[in-house]
Amino acid sequence: MSGRVLVGVKRVIDYAVKIRVKPDNSGVVTDGVKHSMNPFCEIAVEEAVKLKEKKLIKEVVAVSCGPQQAQETIRTALAMGADRGIHVQVTGKDYETLGPLQVSKILAALAKKEDAQLIILGKQAIDDDCNQTGQMTAALLDWPQGTFASEVSMEGDKLKVVREIDGGLEMIKINTPAVVSADLRLNTPRYATLPNIMKAKKKKIANVNPADLGVDLTSRVEILRVDEPPQRQAGVKVETVDDLVGKLKDTGRI
Amino acid sequence: MNADILNTSTILSTNVLVKNNSIPYEIIDQEINPYVDQWEAEGKFPAHKIFKILGTAGFLGVNKPVEYGGLGLDYTYNVAVAEELGNIRCGGIPMAIGVQSDMATPALARFGSHELKEEFLLPSIMGDKVACLGVSEVGAGSDVSSIKTKAVRKGDEYVINGGKMWTTTGTQADWMCLLANTSDGPPHRNKSLICLPMNLPGVHIARKIDKLGMRSSDTAEVFFDDVRVPCKNVIGQEGMGFTYQMIQFQEERLWAAASVLTTMDNIIQETVQYTRQRKIFKLPVLYHQAVHFRLAELQTEVELLRSLIYRATALYIKGNDVTKLASMAKLKAGRLARELSDSCLQYWGGMGFTSDVLVSRVYRDFRLLSIGGGADEVMLSIICKYMDTLPKN
Repeated sequence: MSGRVLVGVKRVIDYAVKIRVKPDNSGVVTDGVKHSMNPFCEIAVEEAVKLKEKKLIKEVVAVSCGPQQAQETIRTALAMGADRGIHVQVTGKDYETLGPLQVSKILAALAKKEDAQLIILGKQAIDDDCNQTGQMTAALLDWPQGTFASEVSMEGDKLKVVREIDGGLEMIKINTPAVVSADLRLNTPRYATLPNIMKAKKKKIANVNPADLGVDLTSRVEILRVDEPPQRQAGVKVETVDDLVGKLKDTGRI
Repeated sequence: MNADILNTSTILSTNVLVKNNSIPYEIIDQEINPYVDQWEAEGKFPAHKIFKILGTAGFLGVNKPVEYGGLGLDYTYNVAVAEELGNIRCGGIPMAIGVQSDMATPALARFGSHELKEEFLLPSIMGDKVACLGVSEVGAGSDVSSIKTKAVRKGDEYVINGGKMWTTTGTQADWMCLLANTSDGPPHRNKSLICLPMNLPGVHIARKIDKLGMRSSDTAEVFFDDVRVPCKNVIGQEGMGFTYQMIQFQEERLWAAASVLTTMDNIIQETVQYTRQRKIFKLPVLYHQAVHFRLAELQTEVELLRSLIYRATALYIKGNDVTKLASMAKLKAGRLARELSDSCLQYWGGMGFTSDVLVSRVYRDFRLLSIGGGADEVMLSIICKYMDTLPKN
């Protein structure tokens, strides 16, 4: 397989930031807050770059959907070794309601346009935790999917994927073209070095409109309200195991 | 003037590039910050390990020549990296990195022989050799020209006797960029910079100094007892050491000023977060006008300092002498850092006085800024010289 890999990268609020809900409960505060590439997307980029280094694929294309700042996320992917980027411009209300359904339609359209052999995505984003985009993209393209991948290898023109599932590890063999979603243990993303950041400046990022791809961004979902999780209540200390059992019975827990 | 503004935008776009890729931030996040508390307690951070990681990622030779492992970029990138290093949760480690990348090496890069650069510059940029700077002595800090360490020529060797003080990373360094008297004569023309391997017989690390702050950076007092070093280890011309060191100071001062900008931003932000959730008389501390107004004032000052640094850097990369502006930036950085950490600590109340919070460490670490790298008083003298207000003989 010597084709093209599409890697989706999402710009999210940095994992270390303390999230605050907007006073009007319409969402979370994003202005002036540190953003970075979704950690699972970093793992996806790393896997794609590794495949290229093993000469199993020819080109890594990083894709991100969003406003102007999405370009920073693409640049990070380029600094990690992606060859070029595609910035799908989505702004304003469309961006606020952008979700897995719309993104998967965009990725499916791009996969056809770019004649991609493989799509690698993070298994989920740390802001919405949807875990849907990979699966929806595969369905729209009618491609096989290897989700929660902790190991990916090529055997001829088939893909061997080890999946992390509740019961343990599952190994599947799927045909290409295929969609893979990266889980935590797939790899450890490399640091982009300063020389690579400088090289990334020269790599191309193409600008694309969803309309050009024939994608309708209308959301089927409306966010009614966002609240902080309830404050954790204080616990109660008991003296003996018998007391513990008694209390659990009293509160109807057992 | 307009050229100034255009060049400032180069710095801004450089900073956006480095900042928003947050690459040093990732290394800081994974390899440095999780261990800072431990290293502060131990009084030392593993310089070889950390410099190797930073060197491999290209951060130690940003403006150094490509043929020695550097990136050959202009000084705006050094300033951008210095700013990013402010995300490290202490002052000691950025300071040590600054010595390695921007204080012990500029003269070597500019004036050293090819052989010397291969032996000392290249490994320092790659992070394989740890460097330190030997200028200050027990008897001479601000008054650099009165240092006493002597390097007496004997055949094709120098025999070095004397000592150095305040040597950052001195207990771990592989080599020292040493300023010593190599002849008798006028004090500004009798000194040379010498690349001194620290494992030579006669080099003694007398002690690791116990300090108020910058505790994760090991600071050494070093003695030289008949240390023999080949004459070819002199950087550039013999007798030019003082001049070379003065040239190095512009970069050192701009770097020092830039390295505290992000830390100050972060302390203000942490203070905002703390005072937002801490209640006093039923209201968040932050809601008291004295508090949020004061923080606004401090943030304004940080932005002013940032602009001064960017302006000086823009002029510097065009080949201008920015001694006056760099000295002003260093002076202001020292004053503002102390004022800011003191004011912010106050708003943390009792918690600000504990070792559990960053603000108390920064309060201690920042006190050095008005002393090291050129004391405030030296900066003021330099500015007065440019203003022509010093008393005449």
